[in-house]
Amino acid sequence: MAKNDVKVLGAWPSPYVMRPRIALNIKSVNYEFLEETFGSKSELLLQSNPVHKKIPVLIHGDKPICESMIIVEYIDEVWTSGPSILPSDPYDRAIQRFWAAYVDEKWFAAMRGLRSAQGEERKAFLDQVTEGLALLEEAFGKCSKGKAFFGGDRIGLLDIAFGSFLGWLKVTEKVNGVKLLDEAKTPGLVKWAERFCADAAVKSVMPETEKLLEFSKVLAAKMKGAPPPKN
Amino acid sequence: MAEEVLVFGAWGSPFSRRVEMALKLKGIEYKYIEEDLTNKSPSLLKYNPVHKKIPVLVHNGKPVAESLVILEYIDETWKDHPILPKDPYERANARFWAKFIDEKCLSAIFKACWGACWGEEKEHEKAEIEHEKAVKEVSELLQFLENELKEKRYFGGETVGLLDIAANTIGYWLGVFEEASGVELLTREKFPKLCNWANEFVCVTAIKENLPPRDKLIAYFRNRFGAGNASK
Repeated sequence: MAKNDVKVLGAWPSPYVMRPRIALNIKSVNYEFLEETFGSKSELLLQSNPVHKKIPVLIHGDKPICESMIIVEYIDEVWTSGPSILPSDPYDRAIQRFWAAYVDEKWFAAMRGLRSAQGEERKAFLDQVTEGLALLEEAFGKCSKGKAFFGGDRIGLLDIAFGSFLGWLKVTEKVNGVKLLDEAKTPGLVKWAERFCADAAVKSVMPETEKLLEFSKVLAAKMKGAPPPKN
Repeated sequence: MAEEVLVFGAWGSPFSRRVEMALKLKGIEYKYIEEDLTNKSPSLLKYNPVHKKIPVLVHNGKPVAESLVILEYIDETWKDHPILPKDPYERANARFWAKFIDEKCLSAIFKACWGACWGEEKEHEKAEIEHEKAVKEVSELLQFLENELKEKRYFGGETVGLLDIAANTIGYWLGVFEEASGVELLTREKFPKLCNWANEFVCVTAIKENLPPRDKLIAYFRNRFGAGNASK
């Protein structure tokens, strides 16, 4: 398929943008990555996602698909000759979707809260984050059934959903001086995280922690209203 | 093995009603367990320890939680009367709008109906401005759905689909909120297609049989949230 038949609108720091890129890599689909400029939204983005005006957007031919996990399922359903991203059993699929929703709606919400919280609030968010990781450790045990990933032998939907946050998780650990993934408390996830980040489909799109850390400072400054540091 | 399907729900919840609607559409027999949400049963806590919420579907002892996840599970397990289209792009579209309804519409509707009544007393003018803003936001959201419907009878086309079921909050509960709070949101002038759809939707047998009684629901919301945001 011609490369410009498949486009991803996104930005390198976004965990949500990583998700369709990992999925396309799993399926060995060539695509054009159109990077949005930080702080502004392109015409193409506003046209392709008029409802949310957010990245990522997958443009397949002339059809836009929005919302990262919906895009991942679309990719899985269109490119059937590549490895499957979702398992075939309906119950296993439901479990993967359940935890992917949990990661987005509960766990990362707590991570975001932690980023901007002060004092007592910080401790509350930190507790939520670590409790969530304990749940995910348990889920990993059940889903992986002794194999390398939540999806089994290969990366699947839940690996993509959760793994895409690993860059920001490492940044959060550095900024807060805490260890979130811990050999004592979450041994399964620690090893899983290493395997996920080293996977061929992930490596090229996972941002380096240092780069992400620098970017997080730019983001924090913008949120406070200060002018961003000069490049 | 005889098939066992349990649904843990609450009579007034659009989310647990969605699950029942899907099962009814597919002709699947199930046992319904009504939960008192102020006093959750040990079974519910066992089957949904993460969120402790309804609905939960338990199929041969295995629990599935989160209404949209349950709807997809139902469609994949019982193949008669499919509720998702076959085409991947149309499937993505249905999922997109279902998510839109859950993440954007419901909270905006609540805010428009009861926003200024929650929490402390606010100055009348400030409350008025916030109310107008909330009503405008709901209007914009409903316009997206109006446009999405186009000339179709249902969101799912000729037959009710996943998106119609997910839109039960718009098709029935919205009218209830409007009457309970006195705030008009889904007007025929602005949203003729959506109004027509809502009328058709509540007439479908599998849907009709699963709608909680209107008066009871209105009384419940009036009781819980107060008389609402209508301009006095």
